[in-house]
Amino acid sequence: MTEHEYDVVIVGAGGAGMRAALESSQRAKTAVLTKLYPTRSHTGAAQGGMAAALANVEDDNAEWHTFDTIKGGDYLVDQDAAEILCTEAIDAVLDLEKMGLPFNRTTAGKVDQRRFGGHTRNHGEAAVRRACYAADRTGHMILQTLYQQCIKQEVEFFNEFYVLDLILDGDPQAAADGDEVAVAGVVAYQLSTGEVHTFRAKSVVFATGGAGKVFKTTSNAHTLTGDGMGIALRAGLPLEDMEFFQFHPTGLAGLGILLSEAARGEGGILRNSEGERFMERYAPTIKDLAPRDMVARAMANEVREGRGCGPNKDYVLLDLTHLEPKHIDEKLPDITEFARTYLGVEPYTEPVPVFPTAHYAMGGVPTNVNAEVLRNNTDVVKGLYAAGEVACVSVHGANRLGTNSLLDINVFGRRAGIAAAEYATSIDAGPALPADAASRVEGMVTSLRETVGGSGTERVAQIRKELQETMDMNVQVFRTAESLAEAASVVRDLRERYESIAIHDRGTRFNTDLLEAVELGFLLELAEVVIAGADGRKESRGGHYREDFPTRDDENYMQHTMVYSTPDGLRMDWKPVVVTKYQPMERKY
Amino acid sequence: MTATAEAEPEVGAVESFTVTLKILRHDPDGLDGREPGTEYWEEFEVQAHATDRVLDALHAIKWEQDGSLAFRRSCAHGVCGSDAMRINARNRLACKTLLKDLNPARPITVEPIKGLPVEKDLIVDMEPFFASYRDIMPFLMASGPAPERERLQSPEDRERFDDTTKCILCAACTTACPVFWTDGQYFGPQAIVGAHRFIFDSRDEGEWDRLEILNDKAGVWKCRTAFNCTEACPRGIEVTKAIAEVKRALTSGEV
Repeated sequence: MTEHEYDVVIVGAGGAGMRAALESSQRAKTAVLTKLYPTRSHTGAAQGGMAAALANVEDDNAEWHTFDTIKGGDYLVDQDAAEILCTEAIDAVLDLEKMGLPFNRTTAGKVDQRRFGGHTRNHGEAAVRRACYAADRTGHMILQTLYQQCIKQEVEFFNEFYVLDLILDGDPQAAADGDEVAVAGVVAYQLSTGEVHTFRAKSVVFATGGAGKVFKTTSNAHTLTGDGMGIALRAGLPLEDMEFFQFHPTGLAGLGILLSEAARGEGGILRNSEGERFMERYAPTIKDLAPRDMVARAMANEVREGRGCGPNKDYVLLDLTHLEPKHIDEKLPDITEFARTYLGVEPYTEPVPVFPTAHYAMGGVPTNVNAEVLRNNTDVVKGLYAAGEVACVSVHGANRLGTNSLLDINVFGRRAGIAAAEYATSIDAGPALPADAASRVEGMVTSLRETVGGSGTERVAQIRKELQETMDMNVQVFRTAESLAEAASVVRDLRERYESIAIHDRGTRFNTDLLEAVELGFLLELAEVVIAGADGRKESRGGHYREDFPTRDDENYMQHTMVYSTPDGLRMDWKPVVVTKYQPMERKY
Repeated sequence: MTATAEAEPEVGAVESFTVTLKILRHDPDGLDGREPGTEYWEEFEVQAHATDRVLDALHAIKWEQDGSLAFRRSCAHGVCGSDAMRINARNRLACKTLLKDLNPARPITVEPIKGLPVEKDLIVDMEPFFASYRDIMPFLMASGPAPERERLQSPEDRERFDDTTKCILCAACTTACPVFWTDGQYFGPQAIVGAHRFIFDSRDEGEWDRLEILNDKAGVWKCRTAFNCTEACPRGIEVTKAIAEVKRALTSGEV
């Protein structure tokens, strides 16, 4: 075992982690731990754009953006956080440009902007051009630019270090309200050697991304297994609003690979088997550019009512054939190549088969607007921060608007990095790591190694497959008490079977077999939290749609779910939504 | 809710076939009486569908037959750059290479990319590759106070370096280069691509710092225009053309 000591440890090297690192490393001794290489992070897969009311191509302002974010989130957004997101958006884009990000340009040489779902002029009058973009590779450019700046600043990375435990001083659930619970460090498993490392740190920033792999059909990377959320849950911290998962309307049918909403922003149209532009019925004003939850539900509904396309009538079509090939090549080069490579479809002349794909966790580790992690509705854990998809500030509420996530990682990644460094430099020393800090991780690794050639008969891949299938079947776009009970029962059974898994790799170096077993452990626990939240929320709001409770219930549910793992099982609590000046109203587009 | 072929195999069923993968294994731990670092070939047979990629076949092996098979992967659709490997003697991304495009009637050979130390099976040590990238100072260099708003750049100036912004640092180009295989000093094509992206960016003022580095004996003049890099690039970057533009800038003294 090797011991390390830093002022700030950042876990995860996607957009939020590296944006935090750029701030933190200027102010304090900082290490960034990532289970991949930084440039492999899933920020790089984001396509369409980053929202900011620059008003470079038409009239726009941060207040309109704030309103759209809150309405798009079906009024579950914490409004103070949304105001910060949308106000700081402008500098966030300009900062990236100054770092060298190659945005597309207007003829006047300014950052170009385009339309995206749910972003409107003057509180819903018409779609507005707010998304700053670089072709359909905006996330790639952000990830590369941030990595390049990290190279310039000589940020210290620990690549392929998989953080598996968070060490706190004090029990976050047993501590009384107002008592201090502080971070002491993290424990990581080095993939190349199998060695366990402890990192003592005054501040820790979680920026570990999402958990899309709880679902079968997903746009998410294989590595997005909710590790940060799972670690926080095991450490006794709550998870907020985990029932809200975004299903992106346009995944490549059967594969789930993302085709950016920019396709519709640039004029693409969704059609059913009758060739009808069905979104005209669901959102008469902005049609195909309605928020993602509405479009995904409309697509699923068309399929359910028999108007799906293909031999199994199980998808709809994204039609780009009326767009000029030159326009497609300039604005949507990557996604049209995905259609060609993976489905053999030529988007110039043929419509592309699409269906909703699990895309984004609106919920996560609860934080305040300074990215400090909450251990209950009001108390923070000293020195612990979270930003990006792992976190729930909550700026996305019940449904995130497209282009607001690349914004979120930049705004709150920056805030987390500054706050973490300032806290670390303001205290002499944080809590010491206990002598047995590594014991939980060492125990986990040892017991998994001992399953090789043991009596276990269950395979990790089989359990994961069954988990993902039940989540797609029962906890996707449409949910009912029955479907959730079925999913809960399946997951309970899978968790029991997980106790009897056997891994097959006996080696210590690059034991990715062991890694996948650990990841599955997180996925199973997070699936239970998603189901518990979905069961507890007996209304329909944003991405969470209950067929047995099909309307929004503001009287009872203008609240966030807060789910805790306790020795007696999951415990659910509620946290009121922060409302500043936008009263809930009916959500029509 | 999902569009799977399994739901109704009789309608719209996806064509299924058997494929053999012949994989170059590397055992760093020295298991089963092998010396640590032993290399050996191993064949696996898997059932595949017409839409399956080499990555799907590798997963089928790992998840159903031999969990010890090690390879890197993440996004699985060609944007993260984790899974560059040598497939039928050509560098490609496993997640972007469809099995049906490889003549599945014959065994498909899979090896780690060449020229970097192998760590385990298909995993290589990427550090020398990233070190070359860092050496060319891959970040915007601009003097003077930062402007209040964005720096202006015309669409034409933006277009000039568009191709090289697509790089995902997968190393397919560099490890396809015969000069890189034999010359331990050469930066390799990716580093030149990385430099090109800034040299031809109208906002950047560090072009001559980078050109100076690439003018070095480990630099751009090592390129023998074998075109392997351009063929290998999974992003379709015209790598050889970018290298030629850098050479031209050095000979003409103009960017």
